[in-house]
Amino acid sequence: MSRLVAAHLTVRRSGRAIVDDVSFALEGGGFVALVGANGAGKSTLLAALAGLIAADEGQVTLDGASLAAIDRRALARRRAYLPQNPRAEWPIAVERLVALGLTPHLPAFGGLPGGLEPRLTEAIEACDLVAQRLQPATTLSGGELARAMLARALIGDPQVLIADEPTAGLDPRHSLDTVGRLQALAAQGKLVVAAMHDLTLAARYSTHLMAMLDGRLAAFGPTAEILTPGLLRRVFGVEARITGDAGEALVDYLRPSG
Amino acid sequence: MKSAPNLPGYVLTSAALVALLLAAAGSLFLGRVNLSAADLLHGVLSPNANLAGLVVTELRLPRAVLAILVGASLGLSGAVLQGLLRNPLAEPGLLGVSNGAALGAVISIYFGLAHAFGLATPLLGMVGAMAAGALTFAFGRSSTLTLILSGAAVSSLMSAFLALALNFAPSPYAAYEMSVWMLGSLSERSWDHVFLAAPFIGLGLAILATMGRAIDALALGDVQAQSLGIHLDRTRVLALLGVGLCVGAATSVTGSVSFIGLVAPHLVRPFVGHQPSRTLLPSALLGATLLLLADIGTRVIHTNTELRLGVLTALLGAPFFFWLVVRLRKVAP
Repeated sequence: MSRLVAAHLTVRRSGRAIVDDVSFALEGGGFVALVGANGAGKSTLLAALAGLIAADEGQVTLDGASLAAIDRRALARRRAYLPQNPRAEWPIAVERLVALGLTPHLPAFGGLPGGLEPRLTEAIEACDLVAQRLQPATTLSGGELARAMLARALIGDPQVLIADEPTAGLDPRHSLDTVGRLQALAAQGKLVVAAMHDLTLAARYSTHLMAMLDGRLAAFGPTAEILTPGLLRRVFGVEARITGDAGEALVDYLRPSG
Repeated sequence: MKSAPNLPGYVLTSAALVALLLAAAGSLFLGRVNLSAADLLHGVLSPNANLAGLVVTELRLPRAVLAILVGASLGLSGAVLQGLLRNPLAEPGLLGVSNGAALGAVISIYFGLAHAFGLATPLLGMVGAMAAGALTFAFGRSSTLTLILSGAAVSSLMSAFLALALNFAPSPYAAYEMSVWMLGSLSERSWDHVFLAAPFIGLGLAILATMGRAIDALALGDVQAQSLGIHLDRTRVLALLGVGLCVGAATSVTGSVSFIGLVAPHLVRPFVGHQPSRTLLPSALLGATLLLLADIGTRVIHTNTELRLGVLTALLGAPFFFWLVVRLRKVAP
């Protein structure tokens, strides 16, 4: 199982610390929901965890090795990253788009080796895209595109999936669908880290909750233990009511805190 | 929903190759000197030097080879740049190297170097292309957007210098020579020109041909491509180097030839399911074919003054641009 560790991680932009001295350790089997107000530094933290931006201080390690020291193709085989609202730039067929997830597994030239063809079919079936397989990716609906991108991220069988707001812009059905897939991945022993704004979804599906406030880690722990009205007041500045047990928890915002 | 049309790669490549060979044959057998195909064949095969043989081996063959090299450079550069920048209007001149090459060549005409030494024009053209490419790179290396903007800035700087050279031309004849050179032509090009440009073009084409995987991944955007292990900075450097070498060398020997690099990838794209890497080889072949055909056109269309190659490609390319606009209007949401 993979172990992703941030140690005193700091990322600065024009002198300001966007991620400020953040430390934690995450392990395979966890579905970590990253929450925080707009501008709290969630996206920057995820990009740093994915090794896409360099740490100004501290470091991120994957199974003990610093991300900066891991070859970028080797890293790409072990972790997948989905940015916010990913989109396809050309009208390529959905199966071609999904197959791009195998890029770090392919030689420099040539098409998809025959041995990988079954994996493509598997990923397309797993993400419910059989009917769209040959459709141009630019003509997909939002929900279909989100599934295609998730299939793209999962086809390489990464140990770690880092997703920036995977449910943004999705209707309730597709949001539940996406979060369900992430939960299933974690149940298989992978590590999933996802920024989320829907706290009810986070409360029901995630194993751990990580809250950010002004670039710092405000709280981190098992979701059921740390998701409290007090945390929401501190992190989001809202009064909230949390009802129900883990599987059916409901987070309701009442008003801005005074 | 309509599925994306898709041909097996070898079908399209073979078709493009056949078209290229036909165009190349046409280029050898058609021209101003009206000799029948039989005479030409006989002349080439005859062991003794003769007019028909010389027309083919010393005039038409180097011209056809140059057309293939230049056309392939433009087609492949266009395909790589459109893939890299994910912009359907990207074309080889975008990075400023074409204007740099033109400026170098014009400087050689300005100072009369071309008359002193025949290859001064293409040589200075290459120096100009490299200088322009280096300038674009120095300012634009950090991101795709800055690369485009920096290319545009260098392009306009080079045009300004070109205008300056025309403005202060030492004689009306020099001004005429400069402006005509810029129109682009393959006439009176010899094996010397081929041997001068071929190493640079070969190296440039080889660099660009390695970029398929990277521009495929870029179909997902910069960030996802990076997360898939693509080195974005290295990709940009390689593209600039490849385009600079082959388009710089091409423009140095032929002058500016527009639209081939813009058009070829667009014509290919629907047949390869829009996958960027699969447009590369067919775009190079099609670019070569289009340039051969355009060059044949300049020879068989009878005009008193030579119809310049760049003028013909621009005349034929502009309507294509309108077609592109109409099509994008339909496709765009």
